[in-house]
Amino acid sequence: MDLSAINPALLLASLLVAATPILIAGIGELVVERAGVLNLGVEGMMITGAICGFMATIITGSPALGFLFAALGGAALSLLFALLTQVALANQVASGLALTLFGLGLSALLGQGYVGLKPPSTPKLDIPLLSDIPFFGTVLFNHDIIVYLGIALVAAVWAVLKFTRVGLVLRAVGENHDAAHALGYKVVRIRVLAIMFGGACAGLGGAYISLIRVPQWTEGMTAGAGWIALALVVFASWKPWRVLLGAWLFGGITVLQLNLQAAGVSIPVEILSMSPYIITIVVLVIMSADKSRAPASLGRIFHASS
Amino acid sequence: MKFTKLLATAAVALGMATTAFADDKTKVGFVYVGPVGDGGWTYEHNKGRLAVEAEFGDKVETTFVENVPEGADAERVMTQMALQGADLIFTTSFGYMDPTINVAKKFPNVKFEHATGYKQADNVSVYSARFYEGRAIQGHIAGKMTKSNIVGYIGSFPIPEVIRGINSAYIHAKKVNPDVEFKIVWAFTWFDPAKEADAAKVLIEQGADVILQHTDSTAPLAAAEAAGDVIGFGQASDMAEFADGPRVSSIIDDWAPYYIARTKAVMDGAWESKSTWDGIGAGMVGIGEITDKVPADVKAEALAMKAAIADGSYHPFTGPINKQDGSVWLKEGETAQDYSDDGLAGMNFFVEGIVGDIPE
Repeated sequence: MDLSAINPALLLASLLVAATPILIAGIGELVVERAGVLNLGVEGMMITGAICGFMATIITGSPALGFLFAALGGAALSLLFALLTQVALANQVASGLALTLFGLGLSALLGQGYVGLKPPSTPKLDIPLLSDIPFFGTVLFNHDIIVYLGIALVAAVWAVLKFTRVGLVLRAVGENHDAAHALGYKVVRIRVLAIMFGGACAGLGGAYISLIRVPQWTEGMTAGAGWIALALVVFASWKPWRVLLGAWLFGGITVLQLNLQAAGVSIPVEILSMSPYIITIVVLVIMSADKSRAPASLGRIFHASS
Repeated sequence: MKFTKLLATAAVALGMATTAFADDKTKVGFVYVGPVGDGGWTYEHNKGRLAVEAEFGDKVETTFVENVPEGADAERVMTQMALQGADLIFTTSFGYMDPTINVAKKFPNVKFEHATGYKQADNVSVYSARFYEGRAIQGHIAGKMTKSNIVGYIGSFPIPEVIRGINSAYIHAKKVNPDVEFKIVWAFTWFDPAKEADAAKVLIEQGADVILQHTDSTAPLAAAEAAGDVIGFGQASDMAEFADGPRVSSIIDDWAPYYIARTKAVMDGAWESKSTWDGIGAGMVGIGEITDKVPADVKAEALAMKAAIADGSYHPFTGPINKQDGSVWLKEGETAQDYSDDGLAGMNFFVEGIVGDIPE
């Protein structure tokens, strides 16, 4: 065993990177669910975002445009879900699952000509003085802009939900769509916008994997990250900061367990491998012992006539 | 009216078409553990499938299902293939072993071929490639080229196939570089690019400058490229797109000749259950081009070893080799048996010098 081989600064820095895709996708799904819609298609939207972003980056040479197109791609796919569930009043669970399958297939088709290509690398945000600080510079100030965007998104979603009128309306729609409708709020319109926001976030999260974390395109490369994001929202009791905590825990322990393995720590590998899942769930479940509960209208179909 | 008529005609045509197919075509099914576009393991199996189509043209019809999890789901997929009239089914991952045996019992007239396992039955053949022969060459190059003397190894599951590879690579790295150390990370997945990339990054952060992988995607090579000054090898497929970057050579699985031969056997009614385990000599394992990053003398040694393994004059597991606990495995000059206690087929121990335990 040689724990000195593990560099804590690099470990914490890679924690932020490993957490970012599920964090961004999770915060998007949180908004969707707070509006009363259960979209199980996160995985499908992530992988679609991953390939849209990858294609746009290869074609234009600009990672910034890549991320923009990833968000657009995810949002476009989520619009399909919105059409099914908000206009055609289809079952949300079935539509969400279908969206995942469709997204996986669509991305495989789109990505056929892109296997083995290398995207231009996304520049790291090298903040002159700050990133030179020993330890903290490496941990906090030596990342690409998307890492900071993810954290900013959490703060923004939290603030909007808690302090603004828009947030209040969104929560009202999620808690009791009939009452919100009676008050004159456009339930369907609000939900469609929330779904698109969720899609855009999922797309960004997916593109983070294909453009920065791995960086390459491989079919099915999100490999379940969308499902992790989805679970994170539930275990975080639909609270933004807990999604952040959960994502960091999950990302952090994933990286930590690989580090411990490489350093030859004598903990059975099976236990190390399942630790990210177990610890994240346990911590978040303990935290949700307060009176948190799901939005009351979550997953229910709304029609103005009923 | 018109529309219904159209549908009815289409249905009749389709029905005739399927009966026509059923009569004179040999149906071959393939079950894949990853996507055909993984650039590695499944990609090569799919190349084998396409080779079967190219060889037999109209006489054969192939189908495949990708991303099939190892377990109950696999059984469902195989059953479905058998019900749809497949004559021959290739199941291409170690974890399909028991599902294959179970389904084969229910369909005695369907022939099954299971890759990398060891359970045979009257209608189940097993086939595998001696990847460890390629690993010996990798280990040699890794041992010669590492400057930090730390080689990172990304394992998938602790199964004999993977353990053989680790042992073979270690023995040959150690032979040319006594100071070499292997750091092993188990990913517990065949295919998860983000996790494979993380594993590679962790190994590089902990000082590895050579990355060997036994997972299916090209993500570790991408991570090696991003880190700079780290080399890696293509796994299962050539992964030549990284040849101007970190990839210095590769182990290539070539299943096409075997798939063609077995399909032919079914067509001729000559198929019988057997166990095939071929290596470099028979062409089932290929060594991808060794790039100029490797010094000429190392390249020459690697090629000489490849030739010796191919003609049978050298066995990668030649004694004296001790097990991890120091007990004798192979005596001086003795070579490893395929099937016996402590044989290669069921290898479940590390050789002396490797640090760490194999997960149970």
